[in-house]
Amino acid sequence: MSAIQDTPTLAAAAPRASIARRSVWLALGLAAALAPLWLLESFHLFQLTMAVIMSLAVLGLNIVTGYNGQISLGHGAFFAIGAYVTAILMAQADWSFYATLPFAAAVCGMVGYAVGLPALRLGGLYLALVTFSLAVAVPQLLKHRALEGWTGGVQGLFLMKPEPPAWLTARVAITPDQFMYLVALVVAALCYLLAWNLIRGRIGRALMATRDHPTAAEAMGMDIAALKTRAFAVSAMITGVAGALSAAAVEFVAPDSFTFLLSISLFVGMVVGGVASILGSVFGGLFVLFVPNIAESISRAAPGVIYGIILIVFLFVLPDGVAGLVRRVLARLGGRAS
Amino acid sequence: MLLEVSGLRAGYGPTHVLHGLDFAVEEGGVTTLLGANGAGKTTTLRAVCGMVRAEGEVSLAGQRITGLATEDIARRGVAHVPDGRGTFMELTVEENFRLGAYTRRDAEVQRDFERMWEWFPRLKQRWKQQAGTLSGGEQQMLAIARALLLRPKLLLLDEPSFGLAPLIVQDIFGILRRIRAESGVGILLVEQNANLALELADRAYLLETGRIVMSGPAAEIRQDEAIRRSYLGY
Amino acid sequence: MDAFLLQLAAGIATGGIYASVALAIVMIYQATHHVNFAQGEMATLSTFIALTFIQAGFPYWVAFGATLAVSFVMGALVERLIMRPVQHAPILTHVGVYIGMLLIIGNLTGWVFGYTTKVFPSPFEGGGPMFGGLLSAHQLGSVGVTLGVLVLVYLFFTKTSLGLAMRAAAYNPRSARLVGIRVDVMLALGWGLAAAIGSVAGMMVAPIVFLDPNMMLGILLYAFAGALLGGIDNPPGAVAGGFLVGVLENLAGAYIVGTELKLSVALIIIIGVLVLKPSGLFGRVVFSRV
Ligand SMILES: Nc1ncnc2c1ncn2[C@@H]1O[C@H](COP(=O)(O)OP(=O)(O)OP(=O)(O)O)[C@@H](O)[C@H]1O
Ligand SMILES: [Mg+2]
Repeated sequence: MSAIQDTPTLAAAAPRASIARRSVWLALGLAAALAPLWLLESFHLFQLTMAVIMSLAVLGLNIVTGYNGQISLGHGAFFAIGAYVTAILMAQADWSFYATLPFAAAVCGMVGYAVGLPALRLGGLYLALVTFSLAVAVPQLLKHRALEGWTGGVQGLFLMKPEPPAWLTARVAITPDQFMYLVALVVAALCYLLAWNLIRGRIGRALMATRDHPTAAEAMGMDIAALKTRAFAVSAMITGVAGALSAAAVEFVAPDSFTFLLSISLFVGMVVGGVASILGSVFGGLFVLFVPNIAESISRAAPGVIYGIILIVFLFVLPDGVAGLVRRVLARLGGRAS
Repeated sequence: MLLEVSGLRAGYGPTHVLHGLDFAVEEGGVTTLLGANGAGKTTTLRAVCGMVRAEGEVSLAGQRITGLATEDIARRGVAHVPDGRGTFMELTVEENFRLGAYTRRDAEVQRDFERMWEWFPRLKQRWKQQAGTLSGGEQQMLAIARALLLRPKLLLLDEPSFGLAPLIVQDIFGILRRIRAESGVGILLVEQNANLALELADRAYLLETGRIVMSGPAAEIRQDEAIRRSYLGY
Repeated sequence: MDAFLLQLAAGIATGGIYASVALAIVMIYQATHHVNFAQGEMATLSTFIALTFIQAGFPYWVAFGATLAVSFVMGALVERLIMRPVQHAPILTHVGVYIGMLLIIGNLTGWVFGYTTKVFPSPFEGGGPMFGGLLSAHQLGSVGVTLGVLVLVYLFFTKTSLGLAMRAAAYNPRSARLVGIRVDVMLALGWGLAAAIGSVAGMMVAPIVFLDPNMMLGILLYAFAGALLGGIDNPPGAVAGGFLVGVLENLAGAYIVGTELKLSVALIIIIGVLVLKPSGLFGRVVFSRV
């Protein structure tokens, strides 16, 4: 709803007070995003970096599954492809990390488009089935001998985080970990901006229309096939970029980092964070990264049980996720908190 | 009385469609509900057989059935041929027959199959055919046969003539007359074709936006020029 | 040539396993028009339960029967307690619940029974190799069991009124209620039966691949492939599909892609079927969603 109200014209016409309030929120958000640079030591900063990356991956999934209703249980595959493209180019061809990013995005976009094509003919459950199979098969594909020359087989590939550039180190003291956090933050912010623009406009409404009323959408002259395949491509691209970032942050890729559990946790993150919600994707990323630890602290022996229970409880009690809860709490607190 | 309904209210979610109906079907009799599109006829049948939540009193042969689940009402002897027919399109004619008699444990199921073949000979010819591939008239016959195989006390029929050619409609009403004469089942009939319905029925009720505005013996209503003009439009 | 026959025989043997899991998937599909992603985990849990019975000293076939019963109850309970509340929710919710169950049951199994690989006995040992060494006694026996289960399931669905009622409830729940079928009970029965059939698959596969909590993950994939290949609404088709996938997998593994890429054979079959012939080789109903 707010997506429709927040069109630029309305924002421009809004009283100055609201613009001021917005700037305050923006500044607060920026401060909150940057504060960890000084507050956290390196391990926790690394974890936060990974959370940002996972949020980005969940965002990608949310575009195709949340907003467009095409259920993917295999987004870990795009994450893996993004990670491997970056790792191969950096480790085998000595590319700089930044140069690999657009490349990883493009490859994932194309693969996503290719997966999206047969997906067109598959109703909900069947697509879930295909992508589930994809997720299960990915590690085996990555280990395969024919690709070993590139992928490093079971051993995987080592690479290096991007170094903070000289102009920056000359002015402030910044460690590679801090810099990596910044890079992830900036890339993620750009992708979120892109997604936000996409979703709140005409395309977003078309995506949701094809999800909720496919027949009506088609009757209104929407090109459903094009919409769906493109949604898949954009979604895969974003999740792939997240994968590329993770390869750099972890400085290592190996097939067993991309088991089907990765795809599953992205899915769980999306549900818990909030289906079809940009804000929800942020919560989803935090969930993907931190909840396994929490689950493990509740029950060392069976963290998956806790994880599964959380998922089912959310589906039963809070189907619109944490984001939905936050939205409702805000609405109750302050009327229209925009 | 076979079916006695009083103060029946029902609706969908927050919207009320029926605002307190009283009507009845006699043992072995035919009652028809007439009314314009959207008057609430279909909803009435649904309320009787528990497909929508209903308040008020519905009793079948003296037993209260309001609020029971659809399958329990069916098991007490109410067979419903809903609008859209409610046959199992993916299954064969034979399987539809077997499902019709699903709740029965008596030994006469086979005899009733034969009786249906006699009433609806075309269904016997289509015995192994998928129901979805039958013609509209054959599907309506199958729906009625399926309902009768429950050996119901009461048969609810929702527009059995809907979408069928006049000749087929004649056929079906001919069969309904036979059923009435030979089986002793009570029928609650909803029909757009008021003339046909009144010919078959012995009691009629006129429904307007969820209220009964007129009722009486079918023959009288059929004779009444004024009613025919203002309510039935023929 | 001998090597080829050997691969073929091995394919038929593993195909039997896929066929029985495929049958379980089709069972759920018949009863609910859904595909249960946790089917493999449920079967693994059942197999561990069977092992517990056997280790407690019960004769194999007693343990087998008891496991069937326990699994049936487990499946029916899952339907009652977990699936029922979301019956009318969107499909995304269903998929989410299946995934949640997959996580819970898989992890619970490992937690209770341990993650170490275990040997599981076969009831068909001692016969020695058959058909000139092409098939082991267990392989032959498990193929026989699969076909036996298929015949029973087929008879159940087509000849008994309960089986017919289950199909009717899945196709058209409203009309099913009108003829007096208790649709809720049918759903629970369907889940129970599927879990029981899955447990048979688990007990037949465990002697071959050894028993561990993740035993079924790959097999589930092949079973999906088999079910889709044969037609997801068609029990005999799914069994045929399962056997076919087993043979294809072994031949492709031996002669084309190599054993390391076998899983992708399943993936290719799944995608191929869904794109080229979504109703499967023997399926009737074509789903027509945009
Ligand atoms: N499933 C439903 N959900 C919500 N409202 C409904 C539903 N079915 C019917 N209605 C409403 O209830 C009212 C009565 O409908 P009903 O189908 O009972 O009329 P009817 O007399 O059978 O009409 P017709 O002659 O067109 O079949 C209508 O206003 C209709 O819009
Ligand atoms: Mg009607």
